[in-house]
Amino acid sequence: MSNIGSYDERAKNFDWSISEKELDYKKGDVLNIGWYCSDRICEQGKSDKIALYHEGFTGEERKYTFNDIRLAGNTIGTFLRNLGIKEQDRVCLFMDKIPELYLSFLGVLKIGAIVQPLFSAFGDESLYVRLENAGTRAIITQKKHAGKVRKIIDKLPGLEYIIIVDHNETKPLKEREISFNLVKEEPVENMEIFPTRADSPSVLHYTSGTTGQPKGVRHVHYSLISQYLTTKWVLDLRDDDIYWCTADPGWVTGTSYGIIGPWSLGITQCVLDKGFSAESWYKFIEKYRITMWYSAPTAIRSLMKAGDELVGRHDLSSLRHLASVGEPLNAEAVIWSEKVFGLPFLDTYWQTETGCMMISNYPGMKVKPGSMGKPFPGITGVVLDPNTYKPIEETGRVGLIAFKPGWPSMMTTYWNNEEKYREKFSNGWYLAGDRASIDNEGYFWFIGRDDDVINTGGHLVSPFEVESALIEHEAVAESAVVSKPDEVNMEVVKAYITLKPGYEINDDLELSIMNFIRKRLSPLAMPQEIEYVDSLPKTRSGKIMRRILHAKEWGEDIGDTSTLEDD
Amino acid sequence: MEEMKDMVLNYVINEYQEDEDDEITYDTPLISSGFVDSFSMVSLKVFIEKKFNISIPDEEATPEAFDSVNKIVDLVNGYLEKK
Repeated sequence: MSNIGSYDERAKNFDWSISEKELDYKKGDVLNIGWYCSDRICEQGKSDKIALYHEGFTGEERKYTFNDIRLAGNTIGTFLRNLGIKEQDRVCLFMDKIPELYLSFLGVLKIGAIVQPLFSAFGDESLYVRLENAGTRAIITQKKHAGKVRKIIDKLPGLEYIIIVDHNETKPLKEREISFNLVKEEPVENMEIFPTRADSPSVLHYTSGTTGQPKGVRHVHYSLISQYLTTKWVLDLRDDDIYWCTADPGWVTGTSYGIIGPWSLGITQCVLDKGFSAESWYKFIEKYRITMWYSAPTAIRSLMKAGDELVGRHDLSSLRHLASVGEPLNAEAVIWSEKVFGLPFLDTYWQTETGCMMISNYPGMKVKPGSMGKPFPGITGVVLDPNTYKPIEETGRVGLIAFKPGWPSMMTTYWNNEEKYREKFSNGWYLAGDRASIDNEGYFWFIGRDDDVINTGGHLVSPFEVESALIEHEAVAESAVVSKPDEVNMEVVKAYITLKPGYEINDDLELSIMNFIRKRLSPLAMPQEIEYVDSLPKTRSGKIMRRILHAKEWGEDIGDTSTLEDD
Repeated sequence: MEEMKDMVLNYVINEYQEDEDDEITYDTPLISSGFVDSFSMVSLKVFIEKKFNISIPDEEATPEAFDSVNKIVDLVNGYLEKK
């Protein structure tokens, strides 16, 4: 029997107080995620249970009990507090998937500061705009990434501390840099946990939109209530499970379900800090006897490409439940996983802004391959008519995915951008920015995004950000960035470019532009293809018409071109 | 051969090495270790194709085939021999 039991029964009799009761939380109580994920588990008698098995890219193994992560959170929190970091200060985590990333997450929350995780592959410009927007006071990073911080430090006077967790003693620290080596620190047994409440800010994740700079999605400690229960019911985690969430905590899946969900349930989890290879992933599952695996369609499609024969060379019999997130999971991948693992990957749908799973497939519920599933109990999910913003009653008609606000982990604002936050709501509904239809059994079917944001490998890339960076390249006059189909990543970035006079198309130029974006923004944002054109399609008022280029890439009808200049 | 290896190695070091304390050799795993992520592999492929004037089909440009300088050079040599 799964944790959720009957989906229909749960949906009929649902109240978030189920989660509150299980967490011994009553309205008005102190609620601190850092404490819930470590101290509380120890108080339940699980101090010696393994919280984290970690394997680094060199094969080095480390393991931590729940008492270890409690102490590490205390030690990091105390160190930050001694620096003067206080409640609601923003502390950025800019690290690979090393243990210090996971442990610092707890430490920052324990002192009531706001944790700002950022993907470590971000280039200096991506890093700058997010630190500047958040007014970040401290950043915890590795020496390999410190160079990117040094490049932008002059523009960030409010960034007081650059804390390096693996500083090489033989080299001098630079301006504002501090060395902090967890292994060499005396563990702090007791610390005063900051008494955060339900509405105290906890995590600040950045997400990209079509226009403007990335937005800081602010969550609060009360988000634990839905992250805990969705982990329990959708991921079906139980006390003896060995769990692997492949997401990077630079993104919301890596924190909601790569830290908070499993650890608030006292579950043992595994982390592999290594580049992707099918062989190494299967070996990892085999070695740690992983039972529950939460991954992403891009990875699943890459595994499909690697072939069935490779699966057969490994003992993956420990697996009992699989789930996926990040982008729509195609029916072929669901069918394939059932064939090779004997288990379907169950798709889950949610966003940085929602903080927890909103629409999912559940253990025990009929799987319709290719469907997003049904709303989590307690979540009112609909598709809206794009003109009236009223729910569509008829089955099969495509509309805008929307949710009735009020679930515990809903974002509370976009940092310093209340106006954009308000734009996410219409007629009393939160607008997800995606389109779908609902069938006669209540299953949602994803159609596509309702904007130009590119979803590549489960990560959102703003075409605006890439275009803005491209025109900073010396050779680029104008650019338009769209998605193009990709077998593995679903979409990848493609750039249309016009060159400045005096520049000619050649091999070195293409590579120079690609690497310029890769280093400045991130590898995800790097155009996988560049097409040079004499001019870009524009409206008569001069606005670049991305949709025409998008339609060309996807083989779609280009639609109304009446506003096209020179038409 | 050695010249080709050094050309690829230097490119990898210049473009992808973030921590100068990390040693990257001809045999260092590049993709599986995380030195070069799967998205960045595209720019490495473009470099290889342009530099050696070859075209590598996507199905052969796998993370495994690009996982070290030596493997990349073997792949390139295979294409050069066919020319």
